[in-house]
Formats: sequence, structure tokens, C-alpha cells
Amino acid sequence: MQGLKKEWEIEPHEQHHEKADYAGAMPRWCPGCGDHSALNAVKRLCYEKQLPPERTVVVSGIGCSSRFPHYMKTYGFHGLHGRAFPVACGVKSRRPDLHVFMVTGDGDCCAIGAGHWIHALRYNMDITVILLDNNVYGLTKNQTSPTTRLGEHTNTHPRGAIIPPLSPLTVALGVANTSFVAQTVDWNPAHVFNCIEAAHAHRGTSFVRILQRCPHFSAHVFDAPVHDPSLLLMLEHENGVGLEPDKLKKLPNRMGHDPANLEEARAIAAREDVYPIGLLYRNEHAACYDDFTSHGLSMTQLEKQTAIRAAIDKFAI
Amino acid sequence: MQATIPEAAPVTVQSAKNVDEHIIEIVSDSGEGAQTCGQLFADLCARNGNGIWTVEIIPAEIEPPKRSRAGASGNRIRIGSHAITNAGDCADIVVAFNEQVLYSRIDSGALRPGTIVYVDGSWLADSDERVVEQYRAAIADFRARGYQVIPLPIVEECLRYADDVRKGKNIWVLGLLCAIYDLEEARVQESIAKKFGKKGPDAVKKNAQLFTAGYQWALKHVEQRFHVAPIAGAGTRAQVVMNGNQAIALGIMSAGIEVCSMYPITPATSASHFLAAAFEQTGGIVHQAEDEIAAIGFAIGCSYAGKTAVTITSGPGLALKTEFIGYAVMAEVPLVIVVVQRGGPSTGLPTKVEQGDLLAALHASPGDAPKIVMAPATIEECFHFMITARKLAEEFRGPVMVLSDANLATGQQPFAKPEFDPNWLAAPLDMSPWEHETPPFAWDPETGLSRRPIPGQRGGEYVLTGLAHDEHSHVAYESSINQRAMKMRSRKLAVLQSALRPPVAHGGDEGDLLVVGWGSTLGTIEEAVDRLRTEGGKVSSVHLRFFSPMEPGLKAIFRRFRKVMTVEVNYSDDAGDPWITEDSRRYSPLAQMLRSHTLTDVDCWSRVPGSPIPPEMIVTELRKVLDGMGRGEDVCRG
Repeated sequence: MQGLKKEWEIEPHEQHHEKADYAGAMPRWCPGCGDHSALNAVKRLCYEKQLPPERTVVVSGIGCSSRFPHYMKTYGFHGLHGRAFPVACGVKSRRPDLHVFMVTGDGDCCAIGAGHWIHALRYNMDITVILLDNNVYGLTKNQTSPTTRLGEHTNTHPRGAIIPPLSPLTVALGVANTSFVAQTVDWNPAHVFNCIEAAHAHRGTSFVRILQRCPHFSAHVFDAPVHDPSLLLMLEHENGVGLEPDKLKKLPNRMGHDPANLEEARAIAAREDVYPIGLLYRNEHAACYDDFTSHGLSMTQLEKQTAIRAAIDKFAI
Repeated sequence: MQATIPEAAPVTVQSAKNVDEHIIEIVSDSGEGAQTCGQLFADLCARNGNGIWTVEIIPAEIEPPKRSRAGASGNRIRIGSHAITNAGDCADIVVAFNEQVLYSRIDSGALRPGTIVYVDGSWLADSDERVVEQYRAAIADFRARGYQVIPLPIVEECLRYADDVRKGKNIWVLGLLCAIYDLEEARVQESIAKKFGKKGPDAVKKNAQLFTAGYQWALKHVEQRFHVAPIAGAGTRAQVVMNGNQAIALGIMSAGIEVCSMYPITPATSASHFLAAAFEQTGGIVHQAEDEIAAIGFAIGCSYAGKTAVTITSGPGLALKTEFIGYAVMAEVPLVIVVVQRGGPSTGLPTKVEQGDLLAALHASPGDAPKIVMAPATIEECFHFMITARKLAEEFRGPVMVLSDANLATGQQPFAKPEFDPNWLAAPLDMSPWEHETPPFAWDPETGLSRRPIPGQRGGEYVLTGLAHDEHSHVAYESSINQRAMKMRSRKLAVLQSALRPPVAHGGDEGDLLVVGWGSTLGTIEEAVDRLRTEGGKVSSVHLRFFSPMEPGLKAIFRRFRKVMTVEVNYSDDAGDPWITEDSRRYSPLAQMLRSHTLTDVDCWSRVPGSPIPPEMIVTELRKVLDGMGRGEDVCRG
């Protein structure tokens, strides 16, 4: 409990939660939307780890993906377009006891929120970030996003997107103090779960990009890797994100990659011939801003009172 | 440098003349320490028991070109044998490290004929002919303007004790001023030892020598010395002295706020500087965000998780924060937002005073976003308002904006030492289970007030949203729900207004003219009113602290005066200017508010000089208004 001495802390009663306990409102995403797969994975994680719903907070911005918190029965914060990162950091700042998840989309994260994205990666607070990247603005009906492929037709670029897309992976891997970068695809729920599980286990900002199909505006974009699994490059390592053997068999294109190897991670992220999936990078030793923001939490009211009186006294004449 | 300055002849030093108050300015090129000198002098006067008010004179750049008019850096200190509430009118004594920086003060109207001008005469010996010529021309000009010009051998004197005179002049001048104002040398030496103690014994010794040299030089050469007696009874009450930003920072700590989330912006940043250094001891942190939007987002996240946070900014930052402010209103997140106003619009006058953000604070959000807006009028209020602000934010579940300004931020004033009360601190987080049947927005149908669940409270799980929502925080687009939720959020302000007392007029309860002001102009306006009342003017003033909700009872107060007008450090069109008609005239922000709020024909007089408006300028304007009223012109049609 915040602001109180350890010995006064009241431990909440242990309580077992069923999977249904984590289910909030009925999702209103379109049938076939890739977001469902991320929602199922997060619910399953909460259940398997028995995260107390009252100590779990899901923060989001604006967009289809950002409706996520409404579909969980935990604490949630459905905020402003592009601003989920600072809110999530603020939630965590004085509440190290909370499990903070953050869900964002390619517009929310890579366009309007790009500044916050970069800095949040650098702060490296203990937050699990899920980027649901469908390469398009869905909620506002088919506009170009920063990850839209060159030449894709959208309502804002009816003759085709003009500028090559940015890669969330290379951007994330280019930020100083980034500590966890993984990628997965919505049509492989087992791998989605494994990535989110590893992300949650990591202390620091874990960034998971999920390639996610929008059945209305961008399903075709991912036709190739959906139908040809060899276009997915499965990254394998004992410290990486694995997959059960029977599921692994369906991914013929695999390579060994040590997630401690940043240079190789960057090279893999930059490949345009395949979609790498798995853990690109993890650094357990990166500085966590939480260590700073949680300063003073163990002070008692009495200690504070004495310190404040002393601070005022310094101005006495 | 050749020593061609004639040695000043010793004078017959008279005993110090008693004066009730004096205004002193110290100006130099940036980096020569005139500000430190001014602050030390002000601090010494405050310790001496004098009333003081200081104004920083700040150039826009860190180190502008030397000897440039716009580069003036320093301090104005008004000291008195009574409480001093504002910067006053023209300076009695000015000390200038070069003659060029003095011109910016002349341009600001800070000097009058008769002002004693001490200026470093060493420039006469400068190797650059142009400098010598500039100096000669300026001194002749100063004398023609009627100033009493007295050259000082600052550089020459300082070279005896310091190699780098740029770092020593200010302490020599401090010695000079302390001798002129009859301050006890031994006591000042103590302060110097304290100030420079951290830099080691050599620094203490050097500065002590410089101080003594200035002090002794003045005793030998300065004819006019002054004595400003301490305030009667000074020393019997515990006092503190600080500037408004320090007061806000101490207020933040004392309110039990643990997080100050900010992005650097003048003139707000110094509050965060002080907090960054001192917050740690009281268990708090300063988060320097990547931008203004992130700063408020972080604060809102922290508040949502149970710890009401503060974000500090100035006008341009406020503009960037407005979307989140609307969110805090809509989602009812307690939050304290401090706006230290500066000159606008746009980047405007970053280091200068203005009160231009009042309407932005109230209205700069899409849709109807009712929030609490308050403004301290003194440095003491800067402290106490922070404690009130956090409580109001939590009680009324929403953002509270506190408007300060550059004048309060950098001005120093003594006030009664706050007696810390443990009740000022926020209560520890309540982690007890939430009653399942209570929704997260269980608006009391009468008051609109509700309690909020905090993450950690079992059974209170809900999703905060900036979308229209019902009492369960469920997204709701139904018109009846939206109307009701808007009503509930607005009702809270009416409830708060019912708890406020009507303001009390300074002067008298009725009369010809009522002046309405707000913020840092309190002392100036009241001093102007007092001066006019001594000459028989039926003038009073009220000073507002709350704008949303508006303080109650204004219309009834206004009715007792023939005319009501605001005085603001803001822009307004002057009646009678080309193209300005009753129809087209744009009023200053407070006047606009009061006109719509009270349906009274509130007039205004406002100026944007980038510096505090002197009381005598207000007296002159109000006298014109009173004279006009005597002729039956332009009275209220309330």
C-alpha cells in the first residue's frame, strides 16, 4: 500500500479468478478483426498468471485497437489519440504494484504519438506495450497510416500511398535504452500469447508489434504471409520466444537469433523479403525510469511532515 | 586599461537620512551578477525587518551582447518601513555596471529627474575609443535628463581583490549599497559567508574583501546615505522570504503532492528547479517529460492511479495541454495545473509579465469543459493556494487551474511563516474493496459530486474514457445520458460557489468608482486606490481569486458604485482610438468575463508593457476617469 510502512500493509485476500472474470464488455470489433487474437492472449495471460484484476490497468489511446480496455474487466484508461504512452508511464510512476498494459495502433503509436513512443521506450518503465498494426486507419475509415505499404490505395491517397512506410521494429530498435522488441502475427494465436507472456515477464517497456488484419481495409495486405508461411521468419533461441513443436512445424523458415545481439536484431528488422517473428531484442539490464519515479514511496507521513517543515524553515528570516 | 579616472575626493559624510521607503535598481550585462547582488540586498533588507518587493530585470537571452540596451539584467528592490506590496514607481537610486544597459530602464520609465544614478566610470578609461565616446555621450544625456550622476571606480577597485572583475563587481556594489542604506556590516558579512561557503574559504575571503571595499568606499565618498527603519514589531513574528515560484513549489510539497510533471518553459521552470533539488527530501519527484502534452498526460495517469499530481507551465504550454485538460474534466480526474503567465500571444514575451491566459484557462478546450480556475494575488497565496487546489481537485474530482504570473514568479516578498498542518497532506491511498453496487460515477443528483475508485480497490474495476459515458463509465451516445452527465459536471461548480464568500471591497463599500483586478496587481491597485482616497476620490477596489466558479455577490457589489472598471496587465482597445467604437471595442479578458457574468457595463483600462504597471500610472488613469465622471461622462449602465 502506498505511503504506509511495510508493516502496516494490508495484504489483499488471495482470490482465484476464472478466465471469465477478466472479460469486460462484449467486443464490438468487426468479425475477423485481428484485435480479437490480442484480446484473447491478454485475457489468457491474466488468467494463467492470476493477475489481480484490481491491480491490472490497461491503458490505450484512440482508434479501433484502443477500445481494448473496455473489453477487459480490469482497471482501464481509454485516453486521447496518441497519448497512451505518457498516461501509462504516469500510472506506473507511483504504483509499482500495478500491472500496466498499453494497447495502441499504427496511427496512435507511429503517427500522432510517435514522439511519446520514442521517449517511452527510452524511459523503459515496466509496461507491456502491444502495437496492433493493421497498416491503416480503421476507425476513421481507411486512411493512410505511417505503416501503409507504398502504393496502397486509401481514402487519403486514392492513387496510392506515396512514401515508403516506416518500420516500427527498426524505429524501436534505434531508440537508446530500448529493452524488449518482439513481433508476431494475429493469425498465430499461440505465438501471440507466447510473445505477450514473455513481454509481461520482462521488467521494462516491452514492445510487441502484432501484424493485424483489418477485415475491411487491409486484410489483403497480409494475404501473402497468411497463405505462404515461409514468408514468416521464425526467430529461434533458448532466450527467445518459442513455440510448441507441433506449431513450429508449420513455420518452415527459421533462423537462430540471440536476442542479446542488437546489431543482428536491427539487420533482421530491416529485412523486407520476410516478416520476422519472435523476439528480436531483449536487454534485462537497461535502466528503468521506475527506479526514479518510485522514489520516496516508503516514507511515512511523519517523515514527510518533518521534511516539509525543514524545507519551509530554510526560507525563514 | 589605463587609470585615467580622477580619484573621487572624500566628502563630508552626513549621517543617513531617514526615509519611509526607497526603490533601488541594480543593472548589469548578463552574467555580471547584478541579479545575485539584488537578491542578496533584498534578503538583507528583509532580515533587517523592512518590507520588500523585488522585480527581476531579465533579458530574453542567456548572454546577450555586452553593453547593449536590451541586455539589461538585474533587480528592482522596493524597501520600506511598512509592508511593501508592489514594485512602486520610479527608482530613487540606480546602480549600473555600464551606461548602455541603463537605457533599457530609461525606456521602461523606471527613472525620474532626481534619481541618483551610480554608474561605473571605468569605461572612460576603455581602450576602445567608441566605448569612451558612448560613455561620455550617455553621461551628458543622463545629466540633461535631470539624473544625479555619480561615477564609480568599480573595475579599478575590484581589480585589487579579483582577477576576473566580471565576477566581483556585484559584491563590491552590494557593499556600496549596504553602506548607503546603513545596514550593519558585520551582519552582512555573515550572509556572505553563508552564500559563498560552498565555494570554499577563498571565495568567502575574496567576496568579504570586495564587500568591505565597496562599503568603505561608500562611507568615504558617498554624500547621500539613507536609513529605512524596520517595520514596527519586526522580528516578533516568524517570517519567510521567497519568490512566487518557490512558494508554489513549497505549496506543492505541503499539499502532499508527490509528482510534478513538467516541460521546461519560462517563467514557470524555476518552480521545478527548486522542486528538483528539494522534492527528494519530502518524498516527491519532478518528471521532466518530452513535451507539454506528455507532461500533463503523465500527471493525469499518476492522478488516475490515486496520487493527484501537478503540472506546471506557461501560456504556450497551456495551449498544448488543452486536449488533456478537457479529458480531465470529462473523465473527472483530479489534477492541479499551474500556469505562470507571460506575455502572449504565441511565444510573445517569455520573461515578462502579462495576465493574458485567463480566458484560455477557462475556455481553451473543445466543448463545455467546466473546471475550477483560481489565481493567487500574493506570494503567500501562491503557497496556500496549492494546498487548496489539491483538496478542491479531489473533492470536486477534476482539474484545478492556478494562474500565477511572471511578476509573482520572480518577485520576492516576506510573509508570515506557514505553520505546517499535517491535514494539508493527502491521505494515504484507500485500498479497501469498492462497494460493488456503486458505479464509478455515482453522481449525487443534487451536487454532481461522486467518489472515484482507485486501481487496487477490488470490485471498483472500470474503464475511464474521454467519450461520453454514463455513470458506469460505459460509452454512451444517448442524448439523455449526455445531457445529464454534462449537467452533473457543471453542477459541481455551482456547489463550490456556494462555499465561497463574496469579496470585500478595499476602500469603501460604495462610491463613484470600483476597480476590479486579479493576480499580482493586488498591491499596486490598492496602493493607487489609497492614494486617490487621500485626495478625496470615492474609489474602491475588489480583487478576485476565483473565476470558475466566479466569486459570488459581484453584481450586488457593483451596483453600489457609479462605475466599474477592471485594471489588468492585458490588451484592450482604447475607446476613442481610430475605428474603435462601442460596437467594435475589444475589452480586456476580466472585463469581458464580468460584463457577461454580471450584465454590468464594466469598463477596462489595461496595458501590456511587459513589466508591472506602476501605481502612479494607475492613479493618473483613474483620476481621469473620476474627473470625467464629475463631468457626467461614461458611467455604468448596469
